[in-house]
Amino acid sequence: MWAYLTRRLAQAIAVVFVMAVIVFFGVNVIGNPVDILINPEFTEAEYQEAIRALGLHLPLHEQFFVFLGNALEGDLGISFVWGEPALQLIAQRLPATLELAGAAMFLSIVLGVPLGMYAGSKPHSWVSKSIVSSSILGFSLPTFWVGIMMIMVFAVMLGILPSTGRGDTVLVFGIEWSFLTWNGLTHLAMPAVNLALTNIALVIRLSRAGTREVMLQDYIKFARAKGLSQRRITLVHVLKNTLIPVVTVLGLELGSLIAFSVVTETVFAWPGMGKLIIESIQVLDRPVVVAYLMLTVLLFVSINFLVDVIYSLLDPRVRVSGAR
Amino acid sequence: MNGEPTKTPEPNATPAPASAEPAQPARLAPATVVETPFQRFLSEYCESKIAVVAFFVFLAILFVAVFAPVISPQNPYDLGQIDIMDGRLAPGDTTFDGATTYWLGTDDQGRDMVSAIFYGLRISLAVGALSGVIALMLGAIVGLTAAYFGGKIEAAIMRLVDLQLSFPAILVALMLLAILGKGVDKIIIALVIVQWAYYARTVRASALVEREREYIAAAKALGLSSWRILLRHLLPNVLPPLIVVGTVQIASAIALEATLSFLGIGLPITEPSLGLLIANGFDYMLTGKYWISFFPGIALLVTIVSINLIGDQLRDVLNPRLRR
Repeated sequence: MWAYLTRRLAQAIAVVFVMAVIVFFGVNVIGNPVDILINPEFTEAEYQEAIRALGLHLPLHEQFFVFLGNALEGDLGISFVWGEPALQLIAQRLPATLELAGAAMFLSIVLGVPLGMYAGSKPHSWVSKSIVSSSILGFSLPTFWVGIMMIMVFAVMLGILPSTGRGDTVLVFGIEWSFLTWNGLTHLAMPAVNLALTNIALVIRLSRAGTREVMLQDYIKFARAKGLSQRRITLVHVLKNTLIPVVTVLGLELGSLIAFSVVTETVFAWPGMGKLIIESIQVLDRPVVVAYLMLTVLLFVSINFLVDVIYSLLDPRVRVSGAR
Repeated sequence: MNGEPTKTPEPNATPAPASAEPAQPARLAPATVVETPFQRFLSEYCESKIAVVAFFVFLAILFVAVFAPVISPQNPYDLGQIDIMDGRLAPGDTTFDGATTYWLGTDDQGRDMVSAIFYGLRISLAVGALSGVIALMLGAIVGLTAAYFGGKIEAAIMRLVDLQLSFPAILVALMLLAILGKGVDKIIIALVIVQWAYYARTVRASALVEREREYIAAAKALGLSSWRILLRHLLPNVLPPLIVVGTVQIASAIALEATLSFLGIGLPITEPSLGLLIANGFDYMLTGKYWISFFPGIALLVTIVSINLIGDQLRDVLNPRLRR
């Protein structure tokens, strides 16, 4: 077990290191930071001074080690645009993104599981067929366009939901949350549904397949024979066994939700870190871009690491073959 | 696909003798009909009405994209042909003198939306198809190499594939575009890098099975060179799954390009793809001028859905496990 864990951890650290190399050299070699950072009207002396101050006179590999050392201390540079540490800037926007991703996750479960279970338990009814076909549409529809159409229908035509922004927030545990106020909830509704669409479709498919499989099992027949009500069979026996694959896949999808929030946040002007990264790429605010990319890489590697560790705890075969 | 070492004795494209093959399913008129593999493919594909419709819809889209300069009512990027006085006209409105009707309205510059969509489709399809084809070739070569040579090369390649696939496509694209910057070549590079891993994984999986077959052993025994075996013997036999993945991947490449262009980090405004048209219309959405975003989105949606439906049917037809 420990052999597997150390091996897997070393692998995760290696991935983060490789990504740091790619991101740093990519951003600093392909683009020239001097052009963006330094006022073109500087004199030669001021120019050299500025280069020295930014550490750009060092050879590239030394610059990288400076960057790496600072990064380990949690210093990823200062935003050119905002004049604040890049990491702090992202940390301020993180709760908004997490709230959006959390709401989307919640929606995909409470909408996806019942719809999928219904479609799985009555596969031939027309309702089930339309659920399944709309889930195919959920995969094909471009998220950003659906978001725009939602704004058009609910904000412009019907005028029942606000089109953009985050609304009122409440301070809980030092972090601002918008789902605790009515105004905040109305602002959250459309972005959350928009971000959840693909995942709702995914959950519908998973729980439909799961339900169809579970319905044929002997323990369901036995429960019927025992005279349990259909309601109890569905809510207890089928639901429990259907949820296992759904939960596994959704755990892995949390990272994608955060990555995809880039699109939803831009459409709905949701003040999260996805909107920040797009703005930063457009104005070439490199420290923020690097910080965002490094943080997301770290997040993904951690999620994958945790999932692997949990699997190895649940399934001994993984750690045996993995420790070879 | 000529020179294909077939697994089962099938009638070749060369004139076949009148006796029908005994393995041929009896659902066809007995003895009189001789099917070439292509005819069989065609009749199986046509079993799904919706797939046939999707194919013709896609053909129409392709026609529009290729002949956009010929069939468009105007050249939307020739400043001599557009009139800013016609800006933001609703669908069905006419020019001041009533000579031209804008069936889908005009954008802020007075461009006819029909023409803008035709030109946009051209760019979207070209970028999607070009990146898809390059990624397919790259992925096929890498996947074949991995499967054929095995050992350390295979381990290294597959580790890279797994690593890349553990990040969502949009995040990889975001990272690459943050490094590379804007441009047609840049987005094609980004889409190729995002997609190659899917092809490599598919090709390797089916090549691993094919590698063990007799015809490969025979080719080796004949002393053929590795490259010849790879390209002339292995490649034709892993083509079917590659085609299926390719169809679905081109649809998702088109969607991804539209998303990135919408975010303002994809194509430059000199190459107005559907995504850029939608982004442009988004600015006028809140004043109720829906058509500038709505119609390009419909065009994008129809394109993606029709390609996906074709891909679904190809999967069923080309899947050897479903061979009837």
